[in-house]
Amino acid sequence: MTQTSEPLSSGPDSASASQSAIDAEMAAISTAYDASLRQGGRAETQPRLDYAPYRSSLLRHPTKDLHHADPEGVELFAPVFGHRDVGRLESDLTIQDGGEPVGERMVVTGRVLDGEGRPVRRQLVEIWQANSAGRYIHKRDQHPAPIDPHFTGVGRMLTDDEGRYRFTTIKPGPYPWRNHRNAWRPAHIHFSLFGTDFTQRLVTQMYFPGDPLFALDPIYQAIVDPAARARLVATYDHDVTQHEWATGYTWDIVLTGSRRTPMEEETA
Amino acid sequence: MSTDSTGLPPTPGQTVGPFFGYALPFDGGADLVPRSHPAAIRLHGTVYDGAGEPVPDALIELWQADEHGRVAQVQGSRARDCWTFTGFGRTPVDDTGHYSFTTVRPGATAGVQTPFFAVTVFARGLLHRLVTRAYLSLEDAVAAGDPVLTSVPEDRRHTLVAGEDADGYVFDIRLQGTDETVFLDFGEA
Repeated sequence: MTQTSEPLSSGPDSASASQSAIDAEMAAISTAYDASLRQGGRAETQPRLDYAPYRSSLLRHPTKDLHHADPEGVELFAPVFGHRDVGRLESDLTIQDGGEPVGERMVVTGRVLDGEGRPVRRQLVEIWQANSAGRYIHKRDQHPAPIDPHFTGVGRMLTDDEGRYRFTTIKPGPYPWRNHRNAWRPAHIHFSLFGTDFTQRLVTQMYFPGDPLFALDPIYQAIVDPAARARLVATYDHDVTQHEWATGYTWDIVLTGSRRTPMEEETA
Repeated sequence: MSTDSTGLPPTPGQTVGPFFGYALPFDGGADLVPRSHPAAIRLHGTVYDGAGEPVPDALIELWQADEHGRVAQVQGSRARDCWTFTGFGRTPVDDTGHYSFTTVRPGATAGVQTPFFAVTVFARGLLHRLVTRAYLSLEDAVAAGDPVLTSVPEDRRHTLVAGEDADGYVFDIRLQGTDETVFLDFGEA
């Protein structure tokens, strides 16, 4: 990868590159990935840690290969969450702060599964997001869009026996960031999930179908395999949409397979 | 061990971003035991980037066995009642990239000779979470033939070993560069 037009002295977060320069870098990586697939290379299911168009990754990606380990001991388990960890109303982000937040009310639901397709039951799902104007309630978010006094953008719940989760929230807006000149993030909701093994821990982002910003976004494009990145896009679901109330989206999440020897609990 | 080729492909990760601050941290998240606990120790350190600068917007999670090597499997890992040891901790780093947990020294779990802390790292700029281990003593671990430590090249082993200070252990995390921390891959993808 060439950095010739961007002196490093300007710093990785200097936001000086144009969108077309970022697009060219992303296209070159994509072309190289396609070529490697044609030569029998493996499809990549996770984002690249070293994805230079995402400037913040330059100094933060490990340069050495991850070291293979077989999980053992404590790693074969995960923390256990229950009703002590979650308030009953925390899955409705539209009622948390004494009034109606502004924006498109929507329901987001789906299942959390492991790599063998088994439901991941009674597991903590945490979400956070910007408001409908694309602003987070966070001291570091300086985007001059309105703060919604009735929207904190934080939710959590436990999956049910089928691994299902369900949130009521407001559709987040896209927002500018300082990766490069005129950089805008596609609208997204952050998700945090645990699973039943330490190895299944996942933080990711859910996106909305048809977003024109996908092709321009180096965080989304860091998942170089098109089929893999499409797995982060929710589906509009009219059966989830509610009459005169909220639009509906469905998004399933697959954690990696459990590495533990199956116990009686899983045969029940 | 290979993953099931007929399995579902995993959902890709994405960066935690810089704005997790009001969503993920919670009261007592860094305290696995109260400071007044007779066996309380400190596990702390700094997260550095490839230029050796502290990373001010990382989030660290800790997962460990108790002093006797038992893995807690009781509900309430995010709740804090000051009595139940759940083995789970979560804390953002401060503006100087520093994190600190109050906990106990983990014991060796059944079938595993060498005790360790399991550590997960998230940060802006980090596109997928990283996992690693913090061992307590290099000599003991190598003497015990720990399969992970002994398979790491000798000149990198020290990055997995917490140093000791007056209150407990120091485990710095270097995302890149000289002394880059060894991060683990469990062959999941």
